[in-house]
Amino acid sequence: MVLVYSDNKKITIEILSKASEIAKEQKKKVTAVIIGKPDENLAKEYISYGAEEVFIAETELESFKSEEYSDILASIVKETGTETILIGSNKNGKELSARLGGKLNAGCVVDSNNIYIKNNKLMAERVVYSGNAIAVEQFNSTPAIITVPSKAFDSLKKDDSRKGEITKKKIESEKSKSKILKAHEMKSEGTNVEDAEIIVSCGRGFKDKGDIKLVQELADILKGKTVGCSRPLAADLKWLSEEHWIGLSGHKVKPKLYIAAGISGQIQHIAGMRDSGIIVAINKDPEALIFRSADYGIVGDLYEVLPKLTDAVKAKMG
Amino acid sequence: MNIIVCAKQVIDVSEMKVDANTKKPILQGVPQKISDIDKNAMEEAIKIKDKHGGKITVLTIGPADAKERIKEILAMGADEGILVTAPDNIDYFMTATLLAEAIKKIGEYDMILCGEASIDLFSGQIGPRLAGLLNIPQITYALNVTAEKDKVTAERNMGDMAVTTEATYPALITVTKEINEPRLPSLMQILGAANKPINEWTADSLKSGLKPLVETVELKGVSMERKNIVYQNDIDESIGKLVDSLAKEGVIGR
Repeated sequence: MVLVYSDNKKITIEILSKASEIAKEQKKKVTAVIIGKPDENLAKEYISYGAEEVFIAETELESFKSEEYSDILASIVKETGTETILIGSNKNGKELSARLGGKLNAGCVVDSNNIYIKNNKLMAERVVYSGNAIAVEQFNSTPAIITVPSKAFDSLKKDDSRKGEITKKKIESEKSKSKILKAHEMKSEGTNVEDAEIIVSCGRGFKDKGDIKLVQELADILKGKTVGCSRPLAADLKWLSEEHWIGLSGHKVKPKLYIAAGISGQIQHIAGMRDSGIIVAINKDPEALIFRSADYGIVGDLYEVLPKLTDAVKAKMG
Repeated sequence: MNIIVCAKQVIDVSEMKVDANTKKPILQGVPQKISDIDKNAMEEAIKIKDKHGGKITVLTIGPADAKERIKEILAMGADEGILVTAPDNIDYFMTATLLAEAIKKIGEYDMILCGEASIDLFSGQIGPRLAGLLNIPQITYALNVTAEKDKVTAERNMGDMAVTTEATYPALITVTKEINEPRLPSLMQILGAANKPINEWTADSLKSGLKPLVETVELKGVSMERKNIVYQNDIDESIGKLVDSLAKEGVIGR
């Protein structure tokens, strides 16, 4: 059995395609898991995207807690004899997977964007050392847990003629000793750097919060309208919200054009934008690391370069 | 309050070099350090101890030379260090199992603090795995921690959501880099750390016969092939060339 779970529908659908491929090779079935209210429409949608079975674990739980959800998944894994567990790699999914690994004494690889079978062993690749290497991980035992980030795989084409079985079952979990007091959405401005086609980013080279408008103006002209930033601006100075933060612990982006202004190019930042199409760097220090990761660079003061670049782009685009 | 801080010795990734031909990372000879976010966990432990009293034990699974790194944590303010010496090919399952066994041997504890992830591999598995093994509540990605006598509360960065979670003791908490600014020990503290105890336990004495469930069979290089065309003369001329190039690449235009 190849089991797929995420509290994010979009990621679940993307993982189902990879799960189908693995299941075919292992001659197993793909099962999507829904935890919570018995949502049959969602179950049918998962079937149309490749799930051969949907297991609905009915619970009275009001919100996600990895202590309880890992308990539920552990029961399902044991009951179904699941060998491979693919979980969506958002923060909930990651802490859930690792705890599940602890409970089941199962191997776990997080954030894998390449999963395959080689010599009858399940393999998962992941980026390590701040994006400077790819570790090829081999599972020596089952069950095996892998978390998959969004957009790692393309979903299958939706096909409403696909058939699948829906199983509903009440599953009890051990009550957690933790309590959620408050939860609110962090997304306030609706900025989504991960979906942006063009991103203009700012870093420590900016002297004042108000100067970010220079980046915004260029982004607007480029129709990208998306502003990114490096760690100091989001985490330390808080000039921009974390929605804009690009890097290892921020967002990982792959726009077709990425412009970095006043960003030195620490590897943690590079790790977040290295998959971009074309990378442009603007920095007054010719030795800045960012130039090594850039296709095009301009050595100059961003306060002079950005307005001129905005004008030049405007002229070019007509 | 008895606090256990888990700290990992890692290579300093910013000092890592890449082989020019194979693009593979060169791991030999890279300076070692305590993973940055583990120091944030230690800083938080000190703050909690300042408020409630108690004892801070730093626990490390690693090679014998990690002893030197543990001294840095003792200088920051930990009372005692424990190094579990372990083989090189250790995976998260083995590390978490050894941590759990070491913690059982330590005995009483109220709180375990870890970094959200180590800066070398950035999996973030150890905290939740360990909490699962010990069957205690886990509070991950803490942006701040308020420890009271009988419970602990933390605000957490869960990506799309900000979640405030409360738990009774014992609890495991993983902290973010944003939670605080780890202190730099004074010379007196560094000298004083030499007198603090570091116990060395072998992995086998805690649990024998552990084998990795997941093995890293290869470390592949990442090619970052970029054009590296840098204009550094006249700014107006540079901008003109850049805009032409971007238009040719098809990333700007009507």
